[in-house]
Amino acid sequence: MDALFLAEVMLAGIGSGALYALTGVAFVLIYKATRVVNLAIGEILMLGGYAFLGFAAGLGLPAIAALVLAVVTGGLLGWLVERSLIRPMLGESPISVFMVTIGLGSILVGLVQLGWGADPLRLPEFMPATPVFIGDAYLAPKVAVGFVAAAVVIAAFLALFRFSRSGVALKATAGDQGAAYSVGIDVPRVFSAAWILACATAAGAGVLVGAIGGISPTMGVFGLSVLVVVIIGGLDSIAGALVGGLLIGLVEALAGAFLGGEYKLVVTFTLLLLLLMVRPYGLFGTHEIERL
Amino acid sequence: MRIGTLKTSYAADEALFDTALQRGLLVALLVAAVVFPFVASPYWLFLACLCAINVASATGLNLLTGYTGLVSLGQAAFMSVGAYTVAVLEIRLGTPFALNLLIGAGLAAAIGILVGIPSLRVKGLYLAIATIAASVILHFLFSHWTLTGEARGLSMPPARLFGIAIDQPFSLYWLIMPVTMLMVLGAANLLRTRIGRAFIAVRDRDISAEVLGIPLLRTKLTSFAISSFYAGLAGGLWAYFFRVVTPESFPLDNSIFYLAAIIVGGMGTILGGILGAVFMTLVPELLKFGANWLTPIYPDALSALAPVRTIVFGALIVGFLIFEPRGLVEIWVRIRRFFHLWPFRT
Repeated sequence: MDALFLAEVMLAGIGSGALYALTGVAFVLIYKATRVVNLAIGEILMLGGYAFLGFAAGLGLPAIAALVLAVVTGGLLGWLVERSLIRPMLGESPISVFMVTIGLGSILVGLVQLGWGADPLRLPEFMPATPVFIGDAYLAPKVAVGFVAAAVVIAAFLALFRFSRSGVALKATAGDQGAAYSVGIDVPRVFSAAWILACATAAGAGVLVGAIGGISPTMGVFGLSVLVVVIIGGLDSIAGALVGGLLIGLVEALAGAFLGGEYKLVVTFTLLLLLLMVRPYGLFGTHEIERL
Repeated sequence: MRIGTLKTSYAADEALFDTALQRGLLVALLVAAVVFPFVASPYWLFLACLCAINVASATGLNLLTGYTGLVSLGQAAFMSVGAYTVAVLEIRLGTPFALNLLIGAGLAAAIGILVGIPSLRVKGLYLAIATIAASVILHFLFSHWTLTGEARGLSMPPARLFGIAIDQPFSLYWLIMPVTMLMVLGAANLLRTRIGRAFIAVRDRDISAEVLGIPLLRTKLTSFAISSFYAGLAGGLWAYFFRVVTPESFPLDNSIFYLAAIIVGGMGTILGGILGAVFMTLVPELLKFGANWLTPIYPDALSALAPVRTIVFGALIVGFLIFEPRGLVEIWVRIRRFFHLWPFRT
């Protein structure tokens, strides 16, 4: 096996891993703030891709404007979902809330099929086409752009949590809701903000993923891989989502290159099962101790 | 609380159906089930068989999720184990169908135990993901193993009883309906035993249950085993019903379907599993009727059917969870209470 091929495969893997990480961060954001496992994240991502298509191809807007509008659409959807579906479920068992998001995913898939049909579509080209070389290894330009964009957004998120007032409020809410309330943090607003931010991020990631691989109503399967990423990283850890994303991206790329494309999912899920046996709360997740 | 049902013997106290109304309804249901195949068209018989298979599988999932509190997104995968086992046995060995069904269900139960092992360490959503992982792995196995016909799947001969092929909806009904009824009855009785009580204790608070002396791992694994036994049996019936088993016959969406069925019906009640499964099976058919009816006015109605079905499926899950979290059973209970107390109101 020559080293150059290996390097290229790994680069592509890290590139798609960055998108996993980005979506994973969106997932963790919701989980950290509201303790909701959002299984519809893949479908929200899909909706982002379709919104971009609608704005760019349907209305003929320039790519940047369409991208911004797609992200805004994602944010609006997040707000709507939080207010109409998630807030009435406050205090219900986590399993019920998780089923609500499954139902939401199904609704979104149906809506997209109604609007755009069930066939896969291509997004209009908006990324540079000059090939990127790192050393001698070739990297598809779209993957490179995706990686850079994901890295920038994740860095911005990390800075936001560390330095901004609302980021700190979010961390406080994640830590202890009651305490956050008592120091004057508007917890319901934090919930809304988390959903808006996360869904906007997912919609943005959907545009990137769609630009690389095209969009289709079954794109929500991407969410399944993201689920593996966040479980491996630990549901409530941003660092975990980063490491998990890159790891799963690499593993999928290697499995796809050396075993065949159909092995991707089975390899990652086997990895997940093995890890769950050893560390049930993920690599970086908080180990919650139950008391009676 | 109802007045005037004083029990004067142990037998009356232990009866599964303890009121005259329940017994009357049960007899009516049995008579209806016997008469139904003679009056219904093959299409309705087909639907009845499909409902019965789904009821069997949903009842199994209800034991696991509704009574033991372990969420599983692998019910369809366990069904596929039963279906493939039955198909392989029928094609390769031609053993009697009852034996095939039992072996299929047993194998599904064994795999259920295997999948359930992480349940001691991981809970709730982590467990749901672990069952997704198991179903991905099983799907991969079935679509790559020559014994299971790889991606093409298997087509199998019909079940035979005394040399007569059971291949029409009419004869299949007599195979599927009694088996399902026995399974549901078994589930209802199981919950009155020590095992069933242990399930409920584990659901309500697993640590407390352990303190009370219920072996956690064994109870959880028993629940997984019984639930996947039901799924395997339902899968076997499914195989005899459609006679083609492919890797795509049991997608993850089906597992979600069964979870949705017990949510819509009412988790943790036997009646809920039945109502939910029947309801969720019939809704797409209702939509099809609606689309046929709308076609003269709106010609594209049939092509919009698939997405509308997906939307309605999601909306039912969301709607029931938000507005009627205890499911269809609660509506039934409310109606019954109204007539009990009439002319007074609660």
